[in-house]
Amino acid sequence: MATPLMNLIKRLLKSSVGRKYLMAISGGCLVLFVTGHMIGNLQIFLGRETINTYAQFLQSNKEVLWLVRFSLLALVGIHLWSASALTVENRAARPLGYSGNPAPTAASYASRTMLMSGIIIATFIVYHLLHYTAQVPAINFTGQDFRLLHEPLRDGTERHDVFAMMVLGFRNPYVSVFYLLGVGLLCLHLSHGIRAMFQSLGFKNWQWGLLIDRAAPVMAWVLFLGYASIPLAVLLGLVGKEVVR
Amino acid sequence: MKVTLKVWRQIDSTAPGSFQLYPTPDLNPDMSFLEMLDVVNDELANRGEEPIAFAHDCREGICGTCGLTINGKPHGPGRGIATCQLYMRTFADGDTITVEPFRAKPFPVLKDLMVDRSAFDRIIQTGGFISVRTGSAPDGNALPISKIDADLAMDAAACIGCGACVAACKNASAMLFVSAKVSHLGLLPQGQPERHRRVARMVDQMDREGFGACTVTGSCEAVCPKNISLNFITRMNRDYAVALFKGE
Ligand code: HEM
Ligand code: FES
Repeated sequence: MATPLMNLIKRLLKSSVGRKYLMAISGGCLVLFVTGHMIGNLQIFLGRETINTYAQFLQSNKEVLWLVRFSLLALVGIHLWSASALTVENRAARPLGYSGNPAPTAASYASRTMLMSGIIIATFIVYHLLHYTAQVPAINFTGQDFRLLHEPLRDGTERHDVFAMMVLGFRNPYVSVFYLLGVGLLCLHLSHGIRAMFQSLGFKNWQWGLLIDRAAPVMAWVLFLGYASIPLAVLLGLVGKEVVR
Repeated sequence: MKVTLKVWRQIDSTAPGSFQLYPTPDLNPDMSFLEMLDVVNDELANRGEEPIAFAHDCREGICGTCGLTINGKPHGPGRGIATCQLYMRTFADGDTITVEPFRAKPFPVLKDLMVDRSAFDRIIQTGGFISVRTGSAPDGNALPISKIDADLAMDAAACIGCGACVAACKNASAMLFVSAKVSHLGLLPQGQPERHRRVARMVDQMDREGFGACTVTGSCEAVCPKNISLNFITRMNRDYAVALFKGE
């Protein structure tokens, strides 16, 4: 009773190449998300009004918001599942290693540490969601409740002040350093991941391969600098001087 | 020159192995690594000890039988060579050289430095062939093949199946081998009818044998005596995706 669809699903879940597709597709979608998320966040440099309007827009349609949230959660779930399933098999394939554990020939640091960078990123994501999405006061280490920050509007109403939340959050140097570590490792992960993903999905050849290999770390650096600029600008007092506790 | 060998000795596939040290007699630096092992083995045999078992055949880099991990790197230092093409002049007088078998669960050690690579044969049996009526050789150029495809097919067909890719990969993945075998047939017109069934079956068998998956570290390509490109793995991944949609 193996219909073509069942066959396809079985191979995606069971075969090594199929699991690599899942890893690469979920990773690739997450790359698109982190790129968009970075561009959105960079609006903090355009001032309080702009980023708060953007945040209000994101929150405006709850149905879409939750759809996106669940999709992201599913992507992370698929990525985590395929990472662990592949890792278990990869470890089992070499029960006894070489004398003195020599570094694998020609393998970059990023490529050898994908699992470790991934696990730390997962921890970072949990903290990040509690910090700015759930806005749990106990873990922002500012003694304030981010949920209570509001920007008064001219028409007398008010909206959530995401600008102030980001500024206050990143003024804590420990929190900022953790963010820098998190995005640093994400970009280490992606400096290898982006090129690996093209190979896993079969989108690479002798003409384009070299360009992809070179563009992947560039893309990773762009993401790192984009994300890192926000906590750094706050710490250096370049952004958010008007926000007072 | 003289070197000291730190060699993995193991009586059979069930016994636990261990490293033993062997100082070599005076060597000619222009000896190949395997000739050096022959000299050491002569001495061992003269002393009534068991010679070091290692696999070899052509000794000119074309058969893929030899394969040792030398100082942690399959086929030793150097690029694009098999163990039989490695010369003692690569090492310095007085060096200690670690010699181990290729390590992977699907490559059980038979004895000392010899491993059983029949997992590769079983992968080939599932799809590494084309089913054609064999008769007399066809006329040359009767089947037009583009130069690009012909060259790529030849590059893939250069694989001698030595297993260094598996031995070098941190995941003991056989994807470089399988992708070379899938591609050299899949690039040519004769290989088209079975192209997608082939990749599906060969990948299935590769998984059944217990090889790991690719993390794209590039170790396999770096140790391959025939410099098979990682891009063949990409090609295999693409063919496999088509196979999925064709229901193979
Ligand atoms: C949630 C925590 C994460 C874990 C545990 C994790 C783990 C891994 C591992 C182990 C690999 C290598 C797979 C292999 O060896 O074949 C990998 C690849 C990859 N990851 Fe992650 N990762 C995580 C988060 C992310 C995020 C947030 C992104 C993107 C923004 C991402 C993008 C990628 C990409 C593009 C690849 C390459 C896929 C491929 O090899 O084809 N990962 N991840
Ligand atoms: S013995 Fe034939 S390739 Fe080395």
